[in-house]
Amino acid sequence: MTQTRELHGLLDTEAIRKDFPILDRPVHDDRTLVYLDNAATSQTPRQVLDTMTGYYERHNANVHRGVHVLAEEATALYEGARDKIASFVNAPSRDEVIFTKNASESLNLVANMLGWADEPYRVDSDTEIVITEMEHHSNIVPWQLLSQRTGAKLKWFGLTDDGRLDLSNIEEVITEKTKIVSFVLVSNILGTHNPVEAIVRRAQQVGALVMIDASQAAPHMPLDVQALQADFVAFTGHKMLGPTGIGVLWGRQELLEDLPPFLGGGEMIETVSMHSSTYAPAPHKFEAGTPPIAEAVGLGAAVDYLSAIGMDKILAHEKALTAYAVERLLQVPDLRIIGPTTAEERGAAISFTLGDIHPHDVGQVLDEQGIAVRVGHHCARPVCLRYGIPATTRASFYLYSTPAEVDALVDGLEHVRNFFG
Amino acid sequence: MKLDSMYQDVILDHYKHPHGRGLRDGDAEVHHVNPTCGDEITLRVRYEGERIADVSYEGQGCSISQASASVLNDLLVGKDLAEAQQIQGTFLELMQSKGQVEPDDAMEEVLEDAVAFAGVSKYPARVKCALLSWMAWKDATAQALGESARKETA
Repeated sequence: MTQTRELHGLLDTEAIRKDFPILDRPVHDDRTLVYLDNAATSQTPRQVLDTMTGYYERHNANVHRGVHVLAEEATALYEGARDKIASFVNAPSRDEVIFTKNASESLNLVANMLGWADEPYRVDSDTEIVITEMEHHSNIVPWQLLSQRTGAKLKWFGLTDDGRLDLSNIEEVITEKTKIVSFVLVSNILGTHNPVEAIVRRAQQVGALVMIDASQAAPHMPLDVQALQADFVAFTGHKMLGPTGIGVLWGRQELLEDLPPFLGGGEMIETVSMHSSTYAPAPHKFEAGTPPIAEAVGLGAAVDYLSAIGMDKILAHEKALTAYAVERLLQVPDLRIIGPTTAEERGAAISFTLGDIHPHDVGQVLDEQGIAVRVGHHCARPVCLRYGIPATTRASFYLYSTPAEVDALVDGLEHVRNFFG
Repeated sequence: MKLDSMYQDVILDHYKHPHGRGLRDGDAEVHHVNPTCGDEITLRVRYEGERIADVSYEGQGCSISQASASVLNDLLVGKDLAEAQQIQGTFLELMQSKGQVEPDDAMEEVLEDAVAFAGVSKYPARVKCALLSWMAWKDATAQALGESARKETA
């Protein structure tokens, strides 16, 4: 039983879905795939696959090294991808875009830069690091490691009952001792879209740096690093139609000039003697070794694809779909949304519990119907502890998701309730 | 339907009406977690010599992990250590079989209700759920018997 109705702002998903061959494959013999695990990873359009295949078939070489034609083409494609990313996030300079393996590496890179930095950036035992209780483990553990190694105090913002940051004590949390405030723009588990301005303003007051984990934002909405006024922004390619193995760290140029490198190796140097070395300017200073070239080129193609559709249109599509999904999910008996229960200031990932049925069992019975969701603590275990639940089931949407897929999820949950009822 | 092979009635019965649940006195206590999904179990064992006098547990998790703990309690309490280890070994073999082992009469004799987990072995992501309590028991036993061995030599 479906309750289709007119939703405003939806994309032409029929056309878009033709670009994603995987969405057509049957699962469990004859089921239609309903892919609602986009917050974990997005699917890859043919345009990205073709670009990467084309790279290997025609241009493959190591970058920045040879004088032969393939090396020059590979370098131009790799650096061209950097230009595309810079433009996609409105970076003032292409040299502020560093390619990494993923967002985790971007976050770890900054944590390590600050641990080894000179004043005024140095994190040491007299200083404090601020995160939030809704961070992905990748924005918790690097800071715990930095705190343990330097003696700096790790502090965090707690959460309100409706899944938002509790900033009521912002002046006690961010103080003159704070060196870095690192927080998620859109939560991967709660879906919450956090208020950037209040946090950035307070951080700037006390002279702290700001890092934003935009892994769940960059794929879904226009991202403008200048408007955010952060010092560092991290995101990953595979959640935004790109391949795995490629992530991005954007950092303000003067910081990248001042801060020390972390990984040493080829490509990041200027000169090397047996006694010491000097380093290449950013971004190469932070890209030791042969980078993930085809992956960067693939991410460039993904950004082209997203830009051609328009990030504002993708945002509108997901807003309409999320509002519909929230409304329909709240009609399922015993279903509790963990996170904001309206479509305001939230992204397209919706976590929930279903009575006493464990999310693992929910996910298994949904899978049997061809519906792919994520179950577990979503690498954000402190959130589960905060709300007194072992885990959640999470449905997350993207530009190719449809109202019919929301209906399939709701019908599937009814089946889950009957199965365990 | 394939799903029914995983969620056998026996498993759902144990999940809804677990046997031996709740923490009681023990010689050793362990806490094991399945980090990928958040299944947790606290398990205690009590030995009378080589005989398992009690296995008590408290936990939260999916039907597979909770039913498996219930079946473990049924199977192991009252057994001697050697026999319990044989049962554990057989269960491990079944769970690691990737659905390739069809339990025969001999296996059913050893595993009783636990043969119902044969279908779970086809789902790699769920094998860890089924094994959680069994790994906890193994760990607790090593601690309990190590502890008593130390007491005897002291």
